[in-house]
Amino acid sequence: MGRKLLLEHENVPGIQGLEVYRAKGGYRSVEKALRTMSPEAVVEEVKKSGLRGRGGAGFPTGMKWSFLAKPPGVPRYLVVNADESEPGTFKDRYLMERIPHLLIEGMITSSFALGANLAFIYIRGEYFYVSRILERAIAEARAAGWLGRNILGTGYDLEIHVHVGAGAYICGEETALLESLEGKRGNPRIKPPFPAVKGLYECPTVVNNVETIAAVVPIVNDGGEEYAKIGVGRSTGTKLISAGGNIRRPGVYEIELGVSCDEFINSDQWCGGVDGRAFKAVVPGGSSVPIVPYELFLKTAAGEDRLMTYESLSDGGFATGTMLGSGGFYAYNDAQCIVRSTWNHTRFYHHESCGQCSPCREGTGWMEKVLHRIEHGEGRMEDIDLLWDIQRRIEGNTICPLGDAAAWPVASAIRHFRDEFEFHVRHPQKVKDPRHFEKEPFVRKPKPATV
Amino acid sequence: MGATLKAVTTTEGVAPFAFSEHALAECHAIMARYPEGRTKSALIPILHIAQAGNDGWLSVPAMDAVAAVLGIQPIEVYEVASFYSMFNLRPVGRHVLEICRTTPCMLRGGDALIAHAEKKLGIHVGETTRDGLFTLKAVECLGSCGTAPMLQCGATYHEDLTPEAFDALIERLRATTVRSNYTDR
Amino acid sequence: MPKVTIDTIEIEVPEGTTILQAARMIGERDAAHRHVVPPTMCYYSKLKTSGGYCRTCIVKVTKGSDKDPRPMPKPVASCRTAVMDGMVVENTTNPELLDARKGVTEFLLINHPLDCPICDQAGECHLQDLGYEHGLSKSRYAFERRTFEPIDIGDTIKLHMNRCILCYRCVKVAEQLTDGRVHGVINRGDVAEISTYIQEAVDNDFSGNMIDVCPVGALTDRTFRFASRVWYTKPMDAHRKCPTCSGRAVLWMKGNEVLRVTGRKDQWGEVEEFICNACRFDHKDVKHWTVEGPRQVDRHSVIGANHYELQLKQKLLTKAAPDSTPVGRPQELPGA
Repeated sequence: MGRKLLLEHENVPGIQGLEVYRAKGGYRSVEKALRTMSPEAVVEEVKKSGLRGRGGAGFPTGMKWSFLAKPPGVPRYLVVNADESEPGTFKDRYLMERIPHLLIEGMITSSFALGANLAFIYIRGEYFYVSRILERAIAEARAAGWLGRNILGTGYDLEIHVHVGAGAYICGEETALLESLEGKRGNPRIKPPFPAVKGLYECPTVVNNVETIAAVVPIVNDGGEEYAKIGVGRSTGTKLISAGGNIRRPGVYEIELGVSCDEFINSDQWCGGVDGRAFKAVVPGGSSVPIVPYELFLKTAAGEDRLMTYESLSDGGFATGTMLGSGGFYAYNDAQCIVRSTWNHTRFYHHESCGQCSPCREGTGWMEKVLHRIEHGEGRMEDIDLLWDIQRRIEGNTICPLGDAAAWPVASAIRHFRDEFEFHVRHPQKVKDPRHFEKEPFVRKPKPATV
Repeated sequence: MGATLKAVTTTEGVAPFAFSEHALAECHAIMARYPEGRTKSALIPILHIAQAGNDGWLSVPAMDAVAAVLGIQPIEVYEVASFYSMFNLRPVGRHVLEICRTTPCMLRGGDALIAHAEKKLGIHVGETTRDGLFTLKAVECLGSCGTAPMLQCGATYHEDLTPEAFDALIERLRATTVRSNYTDR
Repeated sequence: MPKVTIDTIEIEVPEGTTILQAARMIGERDAAHRHVVPPTMCYYSKLKTSGGYCRTCIVKVTKGSDKDPRPMPKPVASCRTAVMDGMVVENTTNPELLDARKGVTEFLLINHPLDCPICDQAGECHLQDLGYEHGLSKSRYAFERRTFEPIDIGDTIKLHMNRCILCYRCVKVAEQLTDGRVHGVINRGDVAEISTYIQEAVDNDFSGNMIDVCPVGALTDRTFRFASRVWYTKPMDAHRKCPTCSGRAVLWMKGNEVLRVTGRKDQWGEVEEFICNACRFDHKDVKHWTVEGPRQVDRHSVIGANHYELQLKQKLLTKAAPDSTPVGRPQELPGA
């Protein structure tokens, strides 16, 4: 359980540069695709691979590509989503910083498959220094003939540009990203139409996450079927997990999908276990996915070992499961306060709401205020039900998924840790100190697993 | 919260702005990346250049200059500049220290780092030191959760910060006369 | 032509019709079916790309189409969703949907000042209607409301940002009717606001239409400010020869005095035609106009034309114990 397809050469000195990257087999997928394959054949391999969007939604990439409209005479675009902003997620940054050419190579192969002659990397503004690394890589690739006109003499032309954002989580939503790329506010568009039909500049566009595009490289090199052999069921291939929180070994790990959760969090190959206390809870896929108690992260409600796959992590639905999401993994030890964490999460979504539609604009701020009140010992019992009601009415009623993303952490915190909320209301004095559970951890009454 | 929000700003007492020749050339190079008739796409990258050339903030004259370069209405620039958190619409210190406050950082001591920074600099989050050297901000997730707690200053990420490492950084920054910009290479 | 069923009522509509338009067609066909029409706060049929933001017009699609009968998983904005042949839509017949709309209404009201007694929009305010029909009688929001300073955007328009629900209609008017838009939406999230950012007048021949399209009292006519409650004025259809617009307007009169001039609004509260600022602001003399006669105003507002009393009666009749006490007897309500 240790095959690496993306980060195999992460520690090779000089891998940032074209020369070493090429020496390690870089740009083979471009040669193979442009010289020996049709665009349709590349799409077919991606379909066969079972690759799913690595940005968080997990939508099958091959299917997304096959939706791309191809009206004659209209340009098509590939836009790489490097707006990595989901709290807990830092895998794309690592990949771009360490092996920038892998992304460029994936983009050339993918653009060829999609029939795009212009592609953009939309990178979050905070990663300005990473944009310089990418720009250097693009310049190198261009000088070596991997980009520009008539690549490898095949008649295929492609230009890639890096476009920096300026601080807005919402631009990770693909239509907000496109608006931002067009020089506008990052307001998500109302769908339909979807980008595959009307995307950038009203032209058919595919928007994919950095890791997704990078994964196209091994898929084309080794074939989709080979890629699909890794993993379990519909969770094929490898996945980058950025691990943080109260673990001993934070960092970015490439895992084969299907590693057991217990192994991932406790073995020294990956997270290395808890940082000296006891584990309390886990957010396995970025702040938007439901937080689950440590026991439910290890085992499903039915008592089966949970695996790091899309399906296993969501086993039990929202009642007892969670999601793989973007792979932004963070764990809590027993000094942490779930109410404080929920308030912190909600403050994030409040800050990042674009303000376009009313449930999210008004609801996120309202939840933050109520949570602030509870966390600071000024809450009332009915606040907990009020919170439940607010999140319930945001979920599903907004233009884009930010509403759901704001609702789920609140819902899951109340679902699994309601007694901790009640403790805050009952013992306002005890929670006045922000580190209230550090000396005296909150002891949760174990609930029957089928709640 | 609670304070009445002021809806309009003023240009009174604000220094005029003009792009340097070098900056202007960079703007045009960026505009050339986008298809014909789509140069508005360059708005955000150009705002970054304007901010770096205007002491780290976007005054009305700076934004109007951006509008002129792109041939768009000034309001289109104000709308965009005010949407994104990296654009400062008010003057800031020479070094803007942006400490991550989001959950993964909080789990690893982000709150304590913010408290330490406030004490060390003698200001609250959102304020600038009297000498104009430092502005302290608490920002949302910077994608550096594995090396938390951390802060961003200009283009640089300062990671795995301890109080001592923070203090050392402050001393280093005090010694430099060069402003920290996002666009630094 | 696709056939759609909304709250059990069937209608055949042209290709590309939205659910909301189809519902309005049902309401126009038979006034008794007007209740199936979802409320709207941001959609405006005369403004391109409007709608989708406020979420009040959401409906539940329980059958996508004859071809693909799967229900849509989430409520959809009826103003931005096209009907498909065989589609089945639930609006007032779906309690869950009504609950969701109640939520949207509550969200729109938590930061609203509820200053109707001093707001010129009262009596023709869509938020009043919405609050009355879908709101709670008590606010559950126990925090300070967000406040902005009111500002003048030009000589004729007052902007009360406190009341704004960010429907974007005024921005679209400026974009689609005038050249050189000077106002827009600045900042983001719940501190987003309609603004010129710098002190600047919105000054063009059609800027007054921003007042007409505003669903609430955020943009009001400074020349009508505090002049009268709207229900004490008499609306008269009138026209004049105007070089800029059609010159077809409504004069809101008290005696022979013209207090206000607006566009002519249809039963959905939308102007039939946009009028120019000269007609709106510069011709407040009845002699400048050919008066056609009293306008048949479809008083959509809760305070107008017994709408309030009817609703209230129903509420009192259907509920043994009304949830709020100080309503008094219906005939004692204002505006009767």
